[in-house]
Amino acid sequence: MTTLANTATEVTPVEMITVVIDGFEVTVPKGTLIIRAAEKLGIQIPRFCDHPLLDPVGACRQCLVDVEINGRAFPKPQASCTIPVEPNMIVKTQLTSDVADKAQKGVMELLLGNHPLDCPVCDKGGECPLQNQAMSNGNAESRLTGYKRTFEKPINISSQVLLDRERCVLCARCTRFSTQIASDPFITLNHRGALQQVGIYENDPFNSYFSGNTVQICPVGALTGASYRFRARPFDLVSTPSACEHCASGCDMRTDVRRGKTLRRLAGDDAAVNEEWNCDKGRWAFKYVTSVDRLSQPLVRNAEGILVEASWPEALAAAAAGLKGKRAAVLTGGRVTTEDAYGYAKFARIALKTNDIDFRARVSSAEEGDFLAAKVAGNFGVHYSNIDSADQILLVAFEPEEESPIVFLRINKNFKKHGLKVTSIATKGSIAMDKLKADFIKVAPGSEAAAVAGVALTAKSVILVGERASESAGLISAAVALAEKSGAKLAWIPRRAGERGALESGAFPTLLPGGRPVADSAARVDIAAAWGVDSLPATPGRTTHQIIEALGNQELDSVVVGGVDAHDLLHSGKALNALKNSFVVSLEIATSSITDVADVVLPVAAITEKSGSFLNWEGRARSFDAAVSESLNRSDVRILSALADAMGESIMLGTVSATAREIAQLGKWDGARAPFVPVAAGSAPSVSGDQAVLTSWRRLLDMGTMQRGEDNLAGTRRQTVAVISEKRAATAGVATGDQVRISNANGSITLPVLVEDIHDDAVWIPRNSFGSQALTALDAVHGELVTVVKA
Amino acid sequence: MSLLTPVLSAHWDEKDSFTIEGYKRNGGYQAAAKALAMDPDALIQLVKDSGLRGRGGAGFPTGMKWGFIPQGDNKDHYLVVNADESEPGTCKDMPLLMANPHVLVEGVIIAAYAIRAKNAFIYIRGEVTHVVRRLNQAIADAYKAGYLGKNVFGTGNDIDLVLHIGAGAYICGEETALLDSLEGFRGQPRLRPPFPAIAGLYARPTVVNNVESISAVPAIVTNGAEWYQSMGTEKSKGATLYSLSGHVNNPGQFEAPLGITLRQILELAGGIRNGHKLKFWTPGGSSTPLFTDEHLDVPLDYEGVSAAGSMLGTKALQIFDETTCVVRAVLRWTEFYKHESCGKCTPCREGTWWLVQILRDLEEGKGSEADLQKLLDLCDNIMGRSFCALGDGATSPITSSIKYFRDEYIAHVKGRGCPFDASKSTLFAEAK
Repeated sequence: MTTLANTATEVTPVEMITVVIDGFEVTVPKGTLIIRAAEKLGIQIPRFCDHPLLDPVGACRQCLVDVEINGRAFPKPQASCTIPVEPNMIVKTQLTSDVADKAQKGVMELLLGNHPLDCPVCDKGGECPLQNQAMSNGNAESRLTGYKRTFEKPINISSQVLLDRERCVLCARCTRFSTQIASDPFITLNHRGALQQVGIYENDPFNSYFSGNTVQICPVGALTGASYRFRARPFDLVSTPSACEHCASGCDMRTDVRRGKTLRRLAGDDAAVNEEWNCDKGRWAFKYVTSVDRLSQPLVRNAEGILVEASWPEALAAAAAGLKGKRAAVLTGGRVTTEDAYGYAKFARIALKTNDIDFRARVSSAEEGDFLAAKVAGNFGVHYSNIDSADQILLVAFEPEEESPIVFLRINKNFKKHGLKVTSIATKGSIAMDKLKADFIKVAPGSEAAAVAGVALTAKSVILVGERASESAGLISAAVALAEKSGAKLAWIPRRAGERGALESGAFPTLLPGGRPVADSAARVDIAAAWGVDSLPATPGRTTHQIIEALGNQELDSVVVGGVDAHDLLHSGKALNALKNSFVVSLEIATSSITDVADVVLPVAAITEKSGSFLNWEGRARSFDAAVSESLNRSDVRILSALADAMGESIMLGTVSATAREIAQLGKWDGARAPFVPVAAGSAPSVSGDQAVLTSWRRLLDMGTMQRGEDNLAGTRRQTVAVISEKRAATAGVATGDQVRISNANGSITLPVLVEDIHDDAVWIPRNSFGSQALTALDAVHGELVTVVKA
Repeated sequence: MSLLTPVLSAHWDEKDSFTIEGYKRNGGYQAAAKALAMDPDALIQLVKDSGLRGRGGAGFPTGMKWGFIPQGDNKDHYLVVNADESEPGTCKDMPLLMANPHVLVEGVIIAAYAIRAKNAFIYIRGEVTHVVRRLNQAIADAYKAGYLGKNVFGTGNDIDLVLHIGAGAYICGEETALLDSLEGFRGQPRLRPPFPAIAGLYARPTVVNNVESISAVPAIVTNGAEWYQSMGTEKSKGATLYSLSGHVNNPGQFEAPLGITLRQILELAGGIRNGHKLKFWTPGGSSTPLFTDEHLDVPLDYEGVSAAGSMLGTKALQIFDETTCVVRAVLRWTEFYKHESCGKCTPCREGTWWLVQILRDLEEGKGSEADLQKLLDLCDNIMGRSFCALGDGATSPITSSIKYFRDEYIAHVKGRGCPFDASKSTLFAEAK
């Protein structure tokens, strides 16, 4: 497998400027702010409002320095966070200028004047820029002895963010982040003078998907997250660099653990990926790890048909007995790490002697399968930097804010800085499209493909295809054709963190690890030799849908399931029924509808308890170590290795690191790939009367299994609504707020209506939100007919 | 009364001076007609040549400001008139607009034409509803007469003028805060650069001028740069409104050439109220360092006042006689700045909060001599450290009053309270 080498992007030379700071020369690119140039010399100028990713504001005045240009000194000290360097500039910071030093100490004294002395009970205490800089650049004693400003504390500005106003130094980092980076201007500064305060609008709480970043960049303890408040002192935490398991954006993260318990996760710094941001799901959705239904002991179904706790040897023996010599398959989800996916892939081929393995625990298509094998696997040509330099972005069945939030932030960055043109082919408008002022090509569900060809792109454009493209016939083919015609770059962005890694690891019916085609005998020999086996199964395997079908038809006897939720599958009732009648070995972290029907349940480690890596949508490796050292690092791959041993079919993957080494040694396939066979464009079914064509996608915050146990986060979910057009609302006799019933032969969902910009033939519902689970309630997600009537 | 040079105020004594008929009877709108026949660049040059400087306080050359607007840039340009007169003591623009609103409207037409702006705005403070009504009437009459709107004066030029009413924040008199407020945001000063001339209102090239500056333009167009130059001093040309208030017998507006002295104006105003003598005064509103009776002969032009350690500011001459407690006066002003600090930057926001507390303690006799040093040091940490001039202005009365009246502060400390009878400084008749 691969990590990204230096990606060759066009580099335009920048003008360099040399300035003197505290007597030292430093050469920096034109446009660099003084405060940043000083950092390069290791000179730390104290600051609060300054943030390298936010526009300068010059509000806190903490970074005052003396500046001289061409021998002419500014009459008063200047804010070094607002002034770019210039030729012949001489800067004197607090280190060499008494004026700057006194100015900084004076500002610090004033900042502390109204700041409470509650550091001992403040969450920020110990990692607080105000505390630290008061020590480094402040006076030991204050002369301000009057009364301080006080406020009622704290106030909830959303269910997950709390504000202690008296601690606030009014640097406006939070409000600038919300406006400039997230385009969610839901918080603003209110009132004036010392009573100025961060506030929300009267009827709109701070329900931004990115609100947690404001807590992280707050330089004092004014903004705190409800889930971490008063839980720990920073110096009691053990921090581990980690990666986010929630989506394919691939955020760098930091996991903070106190006495074996994860208390907090923060966005890590990775300029090439998430810069310094992450989304609220990545930040706060980690309680599922410690939820009450976590599995800790293996379970085996006894003679009475009841799942009972068993020892590991018992459980492994029971599992081996049910798999060995049987017609068995593997179902795994996009949630597993690259190493685990590799374990499943190797286990299927060696222990089960089958290619029946598919990571796509979701709606998928043969067209998508061909596309992944021909165009995606082994192809690492599109990156975040391409979004930065794009002249246009075409979104195809992809709602970035909901499905890959950091991709949204990067598109938004280019839009805000350079007016990037964004075009979206979709059935429904969205908040993100409004924010990006996107050109919305509105189509009926199922007819997306026909709209693609009409978009004019250049070689600098980027087409971002979401995983939902598989739900509309010919859409992927149309996107591929457009990319070939225009020279635009094409990237596939799955929703889940593990999908790309699983694809590259061979957890796929037509691919072996490294993108090697199963159908290619040389590829099979390659892997067989590396694995030390005589041969590998040569028949391309079954897809997820086909495996479930085969289990139902008794064409398969047994199945190993890892990291799959039944409610993510089409025909989930049928699937559970088929599993119930088969021998199921389930590797899971918590009980689920699948462990309920399993014959052997093997508990595995959650992400913070194990090491491993994901490949994000770029194909960039995002590796992490176990943050909770008390855990057994019981990653799926270790269990699979033990299970294979129990079956007498060793796969020799005893540790995650050994697995990672093996993956690296295999490298990627350099032979021929299966050609991509385009599929004809589909069309939308025609509707009449109450009929509508269903369309849906997942919201970022919904009923996802890995969001369980975090009610504060859940409080900021977007409202569950059914979206219909104005015309349909008029016909149906409903208005925004009224209830409608969406139904088909399988069932119905009743939701409040939101009249919005959507194709007249369509009705949109969230795919997996409270009160709206399309897959289980309707057994349909996109392009199928439903009826919509006033409820 | 040869010392006075009434131009703006020439006809204030006529009972219909504020009407369009009254204004036209005295030659009104002829300057605009003349200007619209001129080359816009020639107009800018004319204003440059006249030596007119901004009357809002800073004294920046008006013509030069107009010249900063990039021409031929295919962008909309805007003219914004700052009528947010809210400095304590400053009271020149509101009387002017009450008595002669059309001179501003005419000035707007000329200035907008000169800088190639099709849209002009007057930002006026919200409390002065009587002035708003009068100005609205004047604008409506000018539209009706064809002086504003499409094809003004039949010249093919379009100039629209909008009167925007602020919500009463002192900070909105700061030009960039004014622009934010005009755009619908909270009024807080903007980071410069970019300056308004490059990216002002709606990020377009914008000229922001004071009411009095724009109102001076019609007379300059009519009478020429040389006429304007003939008044005033070497670097401070022309005439201006001096607003005399406080302990004087005849307070009011005195339009005189720049460079006149307070002694001369006091003579015109019948002197300090009878039986009293001058103690201290502000040359240009509360943000300008105080003067005392030592400064009666300081020429009241930009350079003269500056050389004496203060600023000409808005020429708001607030006169305080010996009955006034300077500590009390300074405390009141400081309370004003604390109330009006916008909160954007630390020194002003936090500084004013603490200055008030220290001054209040001093005034109530709870302070100590060390507090004076603390006050001065805090002022030093605010002056020149804050984001805009509001914070600087807040320190002026404190530092200057301690400079001239340290003994009076000490008396408050030693006497454990204010030695003055506060009622004596009021303008009520004294009890016999």
